[in-house]
Amino acid sequence: MIAGYAVPDFVSDFWHFYIAGITIVSIIAVMWFLKAQTTQKLAPGEKAELMEHAWDGDLQEFNNPLPRWWLYGFWGLIVFSIIYLVLYPGLGKFAGVWNWSSATQYSEEKSRVDAEFDKVLEPFKGKDIMAVAADPTAKEMGQRLYLTYCMQCHGSNAQGDGKNFPNLTDGQWLFGGDPDSIQASISGGRLGEMPANLLGDEQSAKEVANYVLSLGGKPHDAALAAAGQAKFAACAGCHGEDGKGMAAAGFPNLTDDAWLYGGSEAAIEESIIKGRKGGMPAFQDMLGDAKVHLLTAYVWGLGGGEKPAAAPAPAAAAEAAPQQ
Amino acid sequence: MEATYNYKVVRQFAIMTVVWGIVGMLVGVLIAAQLIWPDITLQLPWLSYGRLRPLHTNAVIFAFGGCGLFAASLYSVQRTCQTRLLSDGLASFVFWGWQLIILSAAVSFVLGITSGKEYAELEWPIDLMIAVVWIAYAILFFGTIIKRKTQHIYVSNWFFGAYIVTITLLHVVNNLELPWILGGSTSLFGIFKSYPVYAGVQDAMVQWWYGHNAVGFFLTTAFLGMMYYFVPKQAGRPIFSYRLSVVHFWSLNFIYMWAGPHHLLYSALPDWAQSLGMVFSLMLIAPSWGGMMNGIMTLSGAWHKLRTDPILKFLITSLSFYGMSTFEGPMMSVKTVNALSHFTEWTVGHVHSGALGWVAMVTIGSMYYLIPRLFGREEMYSTRLINVHFWWSTIGVVLYIASMWIAGVAQGLMWRATNADGTLTYSFAQSVNAMYPFWTIRLVGGTMFFLGMLIMAYNVWKTVAMGKAVNDAAIPQAVHA
Repeated sequence: MIAGYAVPDFVSDFWHFYIAGITIVSIIAVMWFLKAQTTQKLAPGEKAELMEHAWDGDLQEFNNPLPRWWLYGFWGLIVFSIIYLVLYPGLGKFAGVWNWSSATQYSEEKSRVDAEFDKVLEPFKGKDIMAVAADPTAKEMGQRLYLTYCMQCHGSNAQGDGKNFPNLTDGQWLFGGDPDSIQASISGGRLGEMPANLLGDEQSAKEVANYVLSLGGKPHDAALAAAGQAKFAACAGCHGEDGKGMAAAGFPNLTDDAWLYGGSEAAIEESIIKGRKGGMPAFQDMLGDAKVHLLTAYVWGLGGGEKPAAAPAPAAAAEAAPQQ
Repeated sequence: MEATYNYKVVRQFAIMTVVWGIVGMLVGVLIAAQLIWPDITLQLPWLSYGRLRPLHTNAVIFAFGGCGLFAASLYSVQRTCQTRLLSDGLASFVFWGWQLIILSAAVSFVLGITSGKEYAELEWPIDLMIAVVWIAYAILFFGTIIKRKTQHIYVSNWFFGAYIVTITLLHVVNNLELPWILGGSTSLFGIFKSYPVYAGVQDAMVQWWYGHNAVGFFLTTAFLGMMYYFVPKQAGRPIFSYRLSVVHFWSLNFIYMWAGPHHLLYSALPDWAQSLGMVFSLMLIAPSWGGMMNGIMTLSGAWHKLRTDPILKFLITSLSFYGMSTFEGPMMSVKTVNALSHFTEWTVGHVHSGALGWVAMVTIGSMYYLIPRLFGREEMYSTRLINVHFWWSTIGVVLYIASMWIAGVAQGLMWRATNADGTLTYSFAQSVNAMYPFWTIRLVGGTMFFLGMLIMAYNVWKTVAMGKAVNDAAIPQAVHA
């Protein structure tokens, strides 16, 4: 591949000379042709010559000289084209005097506007998430970012779709709802997977499903649940002996009322038999620190955000808040 | 010695021009309505927008425009060469072959069979039929030129000749494709499926080299050929300048061939190809305007005829639209302008100022000249109705293109508008929502143009009913210089 060509099919310098040569010869040929066909202007009062041929009875032709404004316009366009091809790429691999390329135009324009946008985004970057969440300007930007990058899955009201994409407003978090955890979810993405068919048969799945329902105090079949209790050992490795899961690893709590894939007996059975697999992409490379920070604050402020783990208990936090 | 011209094939094509014009424009009106009321065709897959859109473009370009060009070229080549067509059998073959192609195209599009290349959507069996019929047409046309009685070749025949040669080249090269059955497809519809021999950006480049030259040679060069016969005939004046026709003929044909890459600005196409596409598109203004001027200036000394002759109004207005859209096109090929206009309704407006304003109007004017002569009459049944048709069409085109300009610029600006933080100001759906008023005006404009075609059909019907079909017309024996 020759430098300057985007297409790897051009494997030799021949193509450079082929393209540039044909183009230059062509433009010169058009100029010569135009010059050769330029004749004297008609003198005032002089009539254009009528060509002697006639076709189909009355079809005839005058032979007016080329109109001057048209002729000069044509020359102007040719001159413009020549200047353009000197300044810009066009003649094979000759990059043009200005060394312009669409790729550099893109990166220059992008860094120019990014610098503009950064002026607005950067001031919030170092600030505490909870403080940013309270800032009306940041909230407005956070919402626009959310509506650009997040709503496709989590919905424009951030309440998920009730099936596969989590609700971000209800205070129920798979991977933690404190600022650091939310930031980690956005920047690095998340993967949640439950293996299929750990229990072997459908009857066991039904029994364990009833046991799971009983953990959360939901209506269930006591006999089935009792039978399921022993088999829950297969689940406890992730969800814990008490079924309360482990937020840090994204293992869901089975005792609360939050169900990503549905909390009915049938839905739980389906989860046990077929397994579940869900993921959120990582946004760090695409959005950068400043935008991730604003989004974290926005999501945190949607209603479900939790205080940082190290912060004092809720009662004490209320007193401590003004000092933050 | 042969004593007559073959008018039969000309008459067949002329009538089918009107028929396909109505069909093609009706489909256009339907898809314009679908944009406003998406469920208007009851969600039937056969009538979905994606299938009807290529049906519309192919019907108006190749059925309506194509039949008009066959009629005009096969009529004028005989009369300007003072000789009968090379072969009556070949002429019939071209007519029936072309109608079969049009019907196959209509059926295959409605069934969803498409190669997916714009203006070349037809699949390989139909591509082969086109190649055969087109070569027959080339033999018929050039054969007639060769056996001409006149010494010189009239200018309209240069343009028709260039069109026939280049369309052969463009059609064959762009449609080089491998049928899927060669790769072992066993599905029923697999019979019709093919894949281009080119891949990636090369395929895109070949496609738009074809696509733009379909505009350049099918919709421009050929219709200039039509113009060069019917304008001086109807005006009763000599062409303005032989020299200008020589210069703009050669420069037009030569420069057009380079313009295709302007469809791929800011794409994966290498920058050098984009630049060449842009500068040659800009240079194209001059040869295009040369043709416009040669047509319009032919009227000098007879301007008063415009007041009373609606056929001349059609022809001269078409040249004005030609001049306008051949200025607009080069402007849109400037990278900076294209960055705003690309993918917007502006492009649709530009295409229709050419397709309705130039191509359809020059064809309609020429058919009004031609049809009475093919039925042994001096003129159409009603000149008044031609005048009504003219005004309906003109107002329709203006509504169409003005609404699409505003829509396109608004759309482009909405797409690029950003907030202070870099997010987009408008969602895509908001930009769609903003289009409704303009789409409605466009539908009104398009419907007016379509209704004009119905007025034409009535006028043609009455003319045909009053006249008698002429199969053969006497050739004047005196041969011009």
